[in-house]
Amino acid sequence: MEQVLVNGFYLGAQYALIALGLTLIFALMNVLNFAHGQMYVVGGFIVYEIYGRLHWPFVVALAASALTLAVLGGLIEKFLFRTVIRRSVRDESTMLLAAGVAYFLDAAILLLFGEKQRGVPKIVKGVFVSDNLIIPYDRVLVAVLAILFIVAFVLMMQYTKPGRAMRALAQDRVAAQLMGVPVEFYSLIGFALGAMLAGLVGGLLVTITGVNSGIGGPISIKAFMMVMIGGAGVVGGAILGGFILGMLESVGLSVLHAYGDITYLAIFVALMAFLSVRPNGLMGKPWG
Amino acid sequence: MLQLTKAVAAVAFAAVLLIAAPWAIEATHHADFYYTLSSVALLAIASGGVWLTFYIGRINIGQGAFALVGGYASAVLVVKAGLSFWLSLPLAGLFCAAVSVAIGLPILRLRGVYFAMVTLVLTEVARLTALALPLTNGAKGITNIPPPGPIGLFGFTLVPGFDAIVNRNAAFYYLSVVMMLLCFAALWRLVHSRLGALFAALRQNEDLASSMGLNVPALRVLAFAISSFLGGIGGAAFVAITQSIYPSSFTVTDSVNFMLNCFLGGLGFVFGPMLGTLVLYFGWDLLFQAGEYQLLIYSGVMILLMLALPNGLLSLRAPARRRA
Repeated sequence: MEQVLVNGFYLGAQYALIALGLTLIFALMNVLNFAHGQMYVVGGFIVYEIYGRLHWPFVVALAASALTLAVLGGLIEKFLFRTVIRRSVRDESTMLLAAGVAYFLDAAILLLFGEKQRGVPKIVKGVFVSDNLIIPYDRVLVAVLAILFIVAFVLMMQYTKPGRAMRALAQDRVAAQLMGVPVEFYSLIGFALGAMLAGLVGGLLVTITGVNSGIGGPISIKAFMMVMIGGAGVVGGAILGGFILGMLESVGLSVLHAYGDITYLAIFVALMAFLSVRPNGLMGKPWG
Repeated sequence: MLQLTKAVAAVAFAAVLLIAAPWAIEATHHADFYYTLSSVALLAIASGGVWLTFYIGRINIGQGAFALVGGYASAVLVVKAGLSFWLSLPLAGLFCAAVSVAIGLPILRLRGVYFAMVTLVLTEVARLTALALPLTNGAKGITNIPPPGPIGLFGFTLVPGFDAIVNRNAAFYYLSVVMMLLCFAALWRLVHSRLGALFAALRQNEDLASSMGLNVPALRVLAFAISSFLGGIGGAAFVAITQSIYPSSFTVTDSVNFMLNCFLGGLGFVFGPMLGTLVLYFGWDLLFQAGEYQLLIYSGVMILLMLALPNGLLSLRAPARRRA
């Protein structure tokens, strides 16, 4: 059982980091970023290319992945989402754009990196073994890094000027603008930051699960679920949702194992039942 | 006068689909177009359902689930219960409508992206359920579904059995197109009826509509049920054409595509989903020559279209509206 809980915690730390980026973009721009999973995949492949094939240090690869995704996210916001939001009559139009971007990234990933499953050498070797626990050290390191990133992100949102500006933007865009917050600039920063988080977690996880060009969509769906559990557009909710989903998955896989492959079915059904009781998730704003 | 113009346009449109298009296909020997156009017609029906949920102000990314449920319902009825396809078609639609009432009552309380995300998850639920249930044969799916049989009335054969027809693809084409015309005519009539006005009121402001004495929960469940009915019969007819169904016959991608069809055609227009489906499906097919660049070009064009015409293709003819 300890093993199951530790696995759940480890999964949760990564999931929380994935959900954070998605929820940030949603909070700032009211855009449901379908392409989040694809951004994760891009991050994973960049680390694979730099760390796995060129054998540069892992830190350099991770930084390159974060930077690339931040630039990519910024460009997507500036040239695509901003234009469509300005021109369209209905808010939902951005969803078509987001889906288009997701398909585009999917295609680009397939062309650039191929369809093979890719893995990289372990960053640290060895396994921690005790009475009823087996944890590879690289998993410990990844979980610790993920938690560090989450803490850094939360601290930045709470105590720095851009963080305050973005929180103001999430609360009320017009009011923030009236108070002199440069909303366009911070939308750009926020989108870039959200994309960067996707790249970071993709880069971290390639060291453990590897990466292939087809996992973008499933990752996006998982991220949507976490955001729904916690409540869309709330940082705390995303973190909580990530840990809850990680735990559910880990416990479900071990408990429901006997009944076949129904863990995700059970989670989905539970999620729908939960949402019909609590439509805004655990911490969501009403009708976010 | 305007009424007359519209009626003429509708008849002309039906004539193009039922007479001119088959003639052109026969003349150019592009028999595969029958299959392509049948698919477009059936997908357009399902997209029309999604459009109706948009009409009440909900983003529905769950139509793939209902297409799958409808397909399985029809397949199970035909293969396991030995029912005629023609009977299973409306039954599949009604089954989907019943399911959507049960699911819709709780989840239609959600709005905006929450509803969108739950319906997206619904598609995955449908796929996983089909994998897990013994009735649906799991990953093997249901195959070798017999083609639709004859319809007779008082000894006259109205529609011959599809196995007796030499050009089966053409028969399916007529079936799909007639279904599409009927569905969109019904949809058009619905939107321009009192019920349509009530649905529009839901989209504009549910609280206000409720304060005017409308039974908002009942109305939105009704719209969702109609939408799912359309998804169900679309899926059921699709299964009859391909004669097989698997859990992966309709996936999240299809659900998203149904939604995109509506967006691309334009949400303000009943016939938007039809145009959107045609453009997206044919665009995808035509790009087949591009090989590995197919998805890249397709999505690139989609993004460009969105940048140029964020309110849908049909918005070209509408007067430019300024945002307040």
